[in-house]
Amino acid sequence: MSTTPEPVLPGAAAHEARWKRLPVVWQLRRSVGLQRGMLVAGLVICAAFVLMAVLAPLLAPYDSNQLSGPDGNFPRQAPPSAQFWWGTTVGGYDVFSRVLWGAQTALLTVVLAVVASIFLGIVLGLVSGYLGGWLDRVLVTVADAIYAFPSLLLAIVVSIIISGGQSSFFGGITAAAISITVVFVPQYFRVVRAETVRLKAEAFVESARVLGASTPRILSRHVLRNATRSLPLIVTLNASEAILTLAGLGFLGFGINPTAAAEWGYDLNRAISDVASGIWWTGVFPGAAIVLLVLGVTLVGESLNDLSDPRLRIRRRLPRRVAPATKGAA
Amino acid sequence: MTRYDHAGDPVVDIRDLHITFATDGEPVHAVDGVSLHVDPGEVLAVVGESGSGKTVTAKSVLGLLPEHALVEGTVVLAGQDVVRLRPAELRRARGRDVAMVFQEPSTALNPVFTVGWQIAEGLRAHGDVSRKEARARAVEILGKVGIPDPETRVDHYPHQFSGGQKQRIVIAMALALDPKVIVADEPTTALDVTVQAEILDLLRAVRDDFGRAIVLITHNMGVVADLADRVAVMYRGKVVEQAPARELFADPQHEYTRALLGAVPRLGAHAAASVPGPSTAAAPGDPVVRARDLEIVYPGRFRQPGFRAVDRVSLEIAPGEVLGLVGESGSGKTTIGRAIAGLTRATGGSLEVLGHEMVGFREKEFRPLRARVGFVFQDPATSFNPLLTVGEAVAEPLLIHGRARDAAAARPRVHELLDAVHLPTSYAERFPHELSGGQRQRASLARALALDPELLIADEPTSALDVSVQARVLEVFSELQERLGFAALFISHDLAVVGLLADRIAVLYRGELVELGTGAQVLEDPQHPYTQRLLASVPVPDPVTQAERREALAALRG
Repeated sequence: MSTTPEPVLPGAAAHEARWKRLPVVWQLRRSVGLQRGMLVAGLVICAAFVLMAVLAPLLAPYDSNQLSGPDGNFPRQAPPSAQFWWGTTVGGYDVFSRVLWGAQTALLTVVLAVVASIFLGIVLGLVSGYLGGWLDRVLVTVADAIYAFPSLLLAIVVSIIISGGQSSFFGGITAAAISITVVFVPQYFRVVRAETVRLKAEAFVESARVLGASTPRILSRHVLRNATRSLPLIVTLNASEAILTLAGLGFLGFGINPTAAAEWGYDLNRAISDVASGIWWTGVFPGAAIVLLVLGVTLVGESLNDLSDPRLRIRRRLPRRVAPATKGAA
Repeated sequence: MTRYDHAGDPVVDIRDLHITFATDGEPVHAVDGVSLHVDPGEVLAVVGESGSGKTVTAKSVLGLLPEHALVEGTVVLAGQDVVRLRPAELRRARGRDVAMVFQEPSTALNPVFTVGWQIAEGLRAHGDVSRKEARARAVEILGKVGIPDPETRVDHYPHQFSGGQKQRIVIAMALALDPKVIVADEPTTALDVTVQAEILDLLRAVRDDFGRAIVLITHNMGVVADLADRVAVMYRGKVVEQAPARELFADPQHEYTRALLGAVPRLGAHAAASVPGPSTAAAPGDPVVRARDLEIVYPGRFRQPGFRAVDRVSLEIAPGEVLGLVGESGSGKTTIGRAIAGLTRATGGSLEVLGHEMVGFREKEFRPLRARVGFVFQDPATSFNPLLTVGEAVAEPLLIHGRARDAAAARPRVHELLDAVHLPTSYAERFPHELSGGQRQRASLARALALDPELLIADEPTSALDVSVQARVLEVFSELQERLGFAALFISHDLAVVGLLADRIAVLYRGELVELGTGAQVLEDPQHPYTQRLLASVPVPDPVTQAERREALAALRG
């Protein structure tokens, strides 16, 4: 017998507007207290970075690779001033502009990487989990092998193979995105495969088999949509890892060429020597941008995780409906 | 506070209990003003359907409710109000004053510790008992609950015991600390009917020999009739009727109690009602299913021999005939049903479904025939894709087999089908979770019948439902069967349900077919000793008759 009463409210959930049932919106509407605070803070931070990326051409005073203005070359390592709000780097770039443009690079890479790995991961996971057999065994082994590598090392190898030294704006971003994809595909593969294996034994999938539905139809209509429920969670958690991987690649010099696009990791690398000489502005701002964006995405991910689980979700306190009844029984 | 020590005072006294759960939507009032008491040495049965609040009420006696539950009122246990106890006091009261027996014995025991250790754990938590004493006590108590050879068995792990023995061990754990009252939450629901009879005997001994009071939570009126002294009927969080068991069954007062008792299927009801040989209903013609020496072996692991689920079974289902397939868990009844539907591979002998040989069949060749076979699954909660509306789900078979081009074209037929199973056509727009279990099972029947199949396989279609809902589903089933005339394989562990519907009944025992005959033959004059024992084990919802049947069963066990 069920211990928790089933909240069967006929017609309640289904007749809500469709947008209210979208992943993040659904959780936001159900959250209270600290969990709501975390989710809202995360969403605000993420929205701020998206705005930064979209509005970079309008907000940034200079281009990401601009070294000179109408009155000659920019000064090097100049402290924050009215002309250069956050100072300039050792190469003579404007830090403020580089940070703004960097948001564009970071978000574009992350979106590309996540979209690519989701598609690959879902397709492979569905097929592998549903069909099973030798294909499943091979794919699982490959995924495990990729898992075993340090992800950054793998990303470096892949980025060398892909870009081979050339690094235009899109070439660099694609190379970074693909190297991140390779690292993350196994995670999506694993999740979707596990869900598919579970769903394969569910009565409604068997019922479709009994009806004579073809395998592609079962996969697309009955398995896929039920297998992807936990993906929004992994997407947000992975996105923050992707940002760190991109920054790591840039920091190690395997990222995007500074003349092609602004990249926080690269800027941090160039700021190492400045730290000892008291030039703080070249390192602090890109560093803070990385930390904030990762924090924002992680906050969203973690609170989605808690809110999706009914056991972790905080609920409003109930009002007492009757005054405490008869005291002490004896 | 004074303690109740005099005999005659109730051991548990629940007064005006309200329990409310916080949910994402409106708060749910699971228990609404319940007052109950349990006297020493009596069995109080709390009956009701799922969602009636019976389990929640019983759990409040142990203070075992989740954090988001708001409990108001008083639950006096051995002189203390459990609702207001602090966690440390509550822990002392559990085990010493009250213990619990859970529904599923296989999950109530920790698989990585020996059963002796688990019994001793409770003893050591409540007193300064040495390891040796605790072990001796565990051996003693295991012997008392009827575990043979307790000195050796005390060191065994849960998986080395059968389901019935595990439930005995769980009862032993509950008895270990001599609690005043034992709360048994559906203690026999997960067990086979023959094992259930044994556990009920043990619980009776707990009351008579150990002198413990028992709060028995169940939905099975037969179990109530067998064991209970007093019965409280719960409905939607309220106690609607309380009476001594004999009185309640003889003369139910409340309308709901009468409906509940009326809905319980009785053994042999069908055989008496429709004597004009239902087997004549079977139209002549080739049988839709013909099994000859059918064997189904599940492959073993690591070169171990496979598990033989079905062993040399021969049976036939004629067109238009309802064959009931009865057996306990592990008897292979579901496996046969799945093999006929092509979900499990038959490995030996011969199995012909609509003339197609199923041993070594190819999915591609069988697929066109699938339109002629319908299947109703056991659990209505999982047999619908949660993301499709009921209408879309019922339309699936029509779309798959090209009877309708798209969902819109299928709509008239979908409405017709929903109408046939007595569901409002507006339910086509609803999602499965918005339907109750019985409604979902009827929708499942509509889906299975969408293509006018010649054969319907129903795998325990009502075992997940409450009795009153079950009655409605069975009614719809037999009405449609009479009207459409499809052949059916009705799989169930419940002899009374099968007796209601089936023309012929096949009894399976450990993969072998032990008896096959018309409903009246099997239910009234069983030949095989296993069938006799099975029939005698079924508790009937009448305390007087049940007492007689109990003695007959004891004689049979000899």
